Amino acid sequence: MRHDHITSAKQLSRGDIEVVLDRASEIAADPSAYADRHQGALLGLMFFEPSTRTKMSFSAAIKRLGGDIVDMGPVSSSSVKKGESLADTVRVVEGYADALVIRHPSEGSAQMASEFVDVPLINGGDGAGQHPTQTLLDLFTIRENAGLDDLTIGIMGDLKYGRTVHSLAYALTNFDSRQHFISPESLKLPRNVRYDLHEQGSSIKEHTELEEILPSLDVLYVTRIQKERFPDENEYQEVAGEYQIDASTLEAAKDSLTVMHPLPRVDEIAHDVDETEYAAYFEQAHNGVPVRMALLDVLLEANNE
Amino acid sequence: MSKEELRVSKIKNGTVIDHIPGSQALNVLAILGIDGTGGETVSIGMNVPSDRLGRKDVVKVEDRELSQSEVDVLSLIAPAATINIIRGFDVIEKHRVERPEEVVGVLQCPNKHCITNDNEPVESRFEVLEDGVRCVYCDTIIRENIAEHLLM
Repeated sequence: MRHDHITSAKQLSRGDIEVVLDRASEIAADPSAYADRHQGALLGLMFFEPSTRTKMSFSAAIKRLGGDIVDMGPVSSSSVKKGESLADTVRVVEGYADALVIRHPSEGSAQMASEFVDVPLINGGDGAGQHPTQTLLDLFTIRENAGLDDLTIGIMGDLKYGRTVHSLAYALTNFDSRQHFISPESLKLPRNVRYDLHEQGSSIKEHTELEEILPSLDVLYVTRIQKERFPDENEYQEVAGEYQIDASTLEAAKDSLTVMHPLPRVDEIAHDVDETEYAAYFEQAHNGVPVRMALLDVLLEANNE
Repeated sequence: MSKEELRVSKIKNGTVIDHIPGSQALNVLAILGIDGTGGETVSIGMNVPSDRLGRKDVVKVEDRELSQSEVDVLSLIAPAATINIIRGFDVIEKHRVERPEEVVGVLQCPNKHCITNDNEPVESRFEVLEDGVRCVYCDTIIRENIAEHLLM
């Protein structure tokens, strides 16, 4: 892979994505073959915002490669609390680790941080911006379940603020996919994302209702609509209710439909869907480990050359 | 000499910026950091009839030439502008502005959550698109009223 830093899904070519996903498949098939591959390697975790799955799966990934973590810990107990800039913090921490993962509330923070360090830096989520490793595990899950070419995918929920959506939509333009976006008017894709998809020559269609498009979908990617995006509770209840699915909603879908969700969910996917063949969201979360192992393996390998 | 030219007198030495879109002249002065307090002699023609633009503005600044970064920013709000360097009442150089690939440190990102608006040692950087500019850090696109986002 050409890139030292992974800050945005936009930088990933089809070739880059396939290198990581192929490696992830190999790892998933035989994890023990990779157990000592990066013995002694240290991954620096810099989480300026809370995270459960991204942080834990990165920790699991480096440990399963034979390495370990050095964790900045919560912001409340770090030098950031004393007013240190992010630029200074990353310059210090790069001396402690062979690669860094950063999550920070400001958009563009990972891009900026990457300009100050030489070790590989991975964006673990920058505000409403990018979350490229989520994208890689999403792509891996889609590839395993439905294949990435000749794909019809519906992406539903909060398309305005949902960073996983922006990264995934962009990455899918590398493949032969038809993308349908289903959301309330107020949470449609932002202008910059639409601009990019258009520039990439992607075929995208926007809908306000799932019903009209559900029967044609190979994958339905559901995201959470957050209460705080709405001025009042009533409006939220009204809108959110229209973008919830349950087992009966899915009766109109293809038998082979794959339902995904970046998790955590609240009530946008009813628990009765969990028991159906459609549900792939827990598998998707578990895929975070082999995919992040693969990415770390590729980056650390390239950095050691 | 046509009426239009008479509206703004000739200058001896300095720069004439012509073919500015109508009503953008004050923004051009803002880009040049001219607010009158520096003592520069400035003549402005606003909403002058123009074959090419319909209405255009013209700015003439005595004893002043433009830096490359000023021209880069100018190109964002006045992509059709021509810049004439005047010495001894003669035009000794005339060229059109060219849009740069990116502009650094001249626009403020309107996204308040962008890292360039935090207290970090980083300059704003915008990629120049066909129709607007895009923040290299947070991807926010500015299309309208670019001059309102000038840092200077």
